[in-house]
Amino acid sequence: MKKSNIIGLIVIAIAVAVILSTRQSASSYVTFDEAYAMSTNGDAGSIHVVGELKKSSNGEIVGVNPSSDRLSVEFILVDDNHKEQKVFLNQPMPSDLLKSDKVVVIGGYHNDKFVADKVLLKCPSKYEETSL
Amino acid sequence: MAHIGIGNAGHLLVIISFITSIVAAIAYGKAAVNNELGNQPWVKFGRFTFITHGLAVLGSAAILFIIIYNNYFEYHYAWSHSSKNLAVHYMIACFWEGQEGSFLIWSVFNALLGFILIKTNKKWEAPVMTIFALVQAFLASMILGVVIGDMKIGSSPFMLLRDVVDNPIFLINPNFVPEDGTGLNPLLQNYWMVIHPPMTFLGFACTLIPFSFCIAGLWRKDYTDWIRPALPWTIFGGVILGTAIIMGGYWAYETLNFGGYWNWDPVENAVYIPWLVLIASMHTMIVFKKSETALKTSIVLVIATFLLILYATFLVRSGILGNASVHSFTDLGLSGQLLIYLLFFLIASIVIAARVWKDIPTSEKEASAYSREFWIFIGALTLCLMAFQVFVPTSFPVFNKIVELFGGLSSLAQPADQVQFYSKWQVWFAIGIALLSGTGQFFFWKKMDKDKLKTALAFPVIISLLLSAIIFVIAKMSNPLYILVLVAGMYSIVSNGKILIDLFKSGSYKLTGGSVAHIGIAMMLIGIMASEGYSRIVSKNTTTISRDFTEEQNSNMIVLFRNDPKPMAGYYLQYKSENIKAENIPGHIEKSWVRPTEDPHYKVAKHSIVIDGQAYAEEGDTLYFRNPENTYHEVQYTSMDSSKTFTLFPRVQQNEDMGSTVVSPDIKKLWGGDLYTFVALQNDFEDEFTEWSQPETKNLKPGDRFFINDYVAEFTGLVRLTKVNGIELGGQDAAVQANITVFTEEGKQVKLEPKFIIKDKAVGKPVEMNQEVATRVALDNIYPENGSIDLTIETTQKDWIILQAIEKPQINILWIGTIIMIVGFIIATRRRYVEFMKMRDKGLA
Repeated sequence: MKKSNIIGLIVIAIAVAVILSTRQSASSYVTFDEAYAMSTNGDAGSIHVVGELKKSSNGEIVGVNPSSDRLSVEFILVDDNHKEQKVFLNQPMPSDLLKSDKVVVIGGYHNDKFVADKVLLKCPSKYEETSL
Repeated sequence: MAHIGIGNAGHLLVIISFITSIVAAIAYGKAAVNNELGNQPWVKFGRFTFITHGLAVLGSAAILFIIIYNNYFEYHYAWSHSSKNLAVHYMIACFWEGQEGSFLIWSVFNALLGFILIKTNKKWEAPVMTIFALVQAFLASMILGVVIGDMKIGSSPFMLLRDVVDNPIFLINPNFVPEDGTGLNPLLQNYWMVIHPPMTFLGFACTLIPFSFCIAGLWRKDYTDWIRPALPWTIFGGVILGTAIIMGGYWAYETLNFGGYWNWDPVENAVYIPWLVLIASMHTMIVFKKSETALKTSIVLVIATFLLILYATFLVRSGILGNASVHSFTDLGLSGQLLIYLLFFLIASIVIAARVWKDIPTSEKEASAYSREFWIFIGALTLCLMAFQVFVPTSFPVFNKIVELFGGLSSLAQPADQVQFYSKWQVWFAIGIALLSGTGQFFFWKKMDKDKLKTALAFPVIISLLLSAIIFVIAKMSNPLYILVLVAGMYSIVSNGKILIDLFKSGSYKLTGGSVAHIGIAMMLIGIMASEGYSRIVSKNTTTISRDFTEEQNSNMIVLFRNDPKPMAGYYLQYKSENIKAENIPGHIEKSWVRPTEDPHYKVAKHSIVIDGQAYAEEGDTLYFRNPENTYHEVQYTSMDSSKTFTLFPRVQQNEDMGSTVVSPDIKKLWGGDLYTFVALQNDFEDEFTEWSQPETKNLKPGDRFFINDYVAEFTGLVRLTKVNGIELGGQDAAVQANITVFTEEGKQVKLEPKFIIKDKAVGKPVEMNQEVATRVALDNIYPENGSIDLTIETTQKDWIILQAIEKPQINILWIGTIIMIVGFIIATRRRYVEFMKMRDKGLA
């Protein structure tokens, strides 16, 4: 075999490996039920769930509890299927949590509790054209 | 409204620049087809129109800057990107905060580079400038701001506010001019914002030059000669774009608190990909110049670099990244136009290349494994694979869109742990690059065979293994991957260093570019490995461990109470005060020294402000604060060994533009690396989670001493006020203030001044909150008969911050390596440019 063919094969092999590994690592957004199913199937890694903070009937956010030392926080997230789920975040409460429209939690289930490694907040005013 | 003319002039210049660029493209195109040179009519006409075009672009940029600089807020661009409270250098930054301005700066660089090419080239002028003018036409169309029927072409930066924003005030008064602009996003108010974007666009502009030469070569069927004039610009583009990327990384590291200098955000990736391909093309072009091989590869890579720049532009500006990136532009409705721009050059390049592909000379003989061509080719291939690995996930949003277009549904998201995902691949490619750059250099300078190679390699291999061994023993490295990175990097440094010494010995200083740049790259690799691989969170919290978590999970941040030192990683940490920065006062001043006014930019000094023996303000002086949204927490580090101290001021910014709080680190630079500290959360006594004690009312006479929150306090007396918050009191009104001094740590005194106000027959007893004492007091009642008062006191837990500190070992190697790499690139650029000039002057280019 010519050297260039061997090199070509190696390049193709690496490219395929790259695509496969990307396919495998890519995540997508799921609901809490799907996340639970994934977690019980051993996929304990990083699952993205999008939701909103639970609100009372008069529109106040409820269920947000920072720990006494403020180093972690627990809150209730409602996903697109209206399922409520307690989420544990082992970080100080992001100061904009209460202002955010949507919350993306990234983490997995540990004993029926969703433990988030990371949260992403979407705040309403981001990128919004300011009025006069 | 006085300044409509200037905007119209700007808009007119943009239109002129659009038309002249098309005319220039046609004229130069005609000249190229006719093989015209020098001062023949079509060339002359093309040159004239392109220079007119360039001047129009420069003129419109100057007008835009004048509009920003003079605070003409009747213009939407000035209003939405600038404000009166900006320093002049940030006004420059406003220019490219918006999409329109950044297109304009890109266009300015293209025009200037076009001028240089007109001046320096002879036979290439016509075809190259045809392509330049075409690209300029597309760029000008982005800011054209012309509406034809329902179609809007481009978004003009010279739009009046009243034409953009729908507001009833313009119906009442069409000449309304807002008092102030909404300002440059405070997060972007940083000197890097002044320098990083233009550097990036200069890099973008540079990639157009090799692309134009390459297309010109294919078009004119002059398949090989284009490489010589293009090569110096490829190298120059490589250093400019590379520097811009690293500047962006340093900016992120220093300000944006991504926790590191590279976050694999799609916007960062979008520029990293073309840079890698550009570097690959640079190498194959050098191979071609040496040995007439790799021509087709060079053509493909040069074209790919430019197309990837357009692709990056599309990703960043079309809004397609939307959710995927934290800092892409918003969509201006230009996505269609951007797509046309990308597809036009994609299809045109493919057509032009395909037409002549068979005729492009190739070398038949297989490159030997002992030839430099072979190894450099492998290196270029590795760079391309490196780019491909980043390209695939970065393109997810595009992939999702395409699937949607065909009626499918795809919701691929970036890997959750981006850094880990990309790094695990990139590190192996980087090891490959280091090894190849070390070995390739030997082949580059000498003819090699098996035996010669052994002798040549023996020395650097042994030395680098030895050095690596010493380092990893001293540094106690155990991770095999990192050791491999170290060895590969060391090998590249040693072998390139050996070549460098040989070149110096023979006096060939001009040829040292390659080895210097490779040494820089290898140092960067080692610096990245050390600072990221061994990055360590030193703010380990050992006191409070929640039941739900393991120690590992719960220990990455510490709570610091005000004036209560805590040990951390060989230091005692003490949170001392909350500060702000005042204009014309050096350093920081404490928040409690000033009283707020209606305008957040102005505050009144409560007492005289003296710093280092110099008085900066008297009591009652109004001070100006350019950035009142920034708070700096004073954190003092005292070394346990030497008792030496230093103070860091990490920043917390209430960013209205982003609707969020942004924290920035303060970095202590040490020889062995950086100590990176940021405040993850600051106390807000006004939030709902603060638990206040039951109010307690004390009756106090002047001179009485009592306790507030375990501090000794003294009620020193009552004062009658004539003004409250700067407002004069009326005849029926009265106000009294109780002066209370609290004695806190280190002999400091804090003043509490609760007030009792009768205004318009109503009684006001405003609660005064003090963060340092963690108390709320109110003057509840006054007994004129004995001068005593009732003071209501509530207290809470002392003021605190939650802090994270990260050690970034040996990060300086990365920055030093960067500088060395830049120097190497500059030497190489100069060498290739001199070569081109010599050939041109002989009439060969």
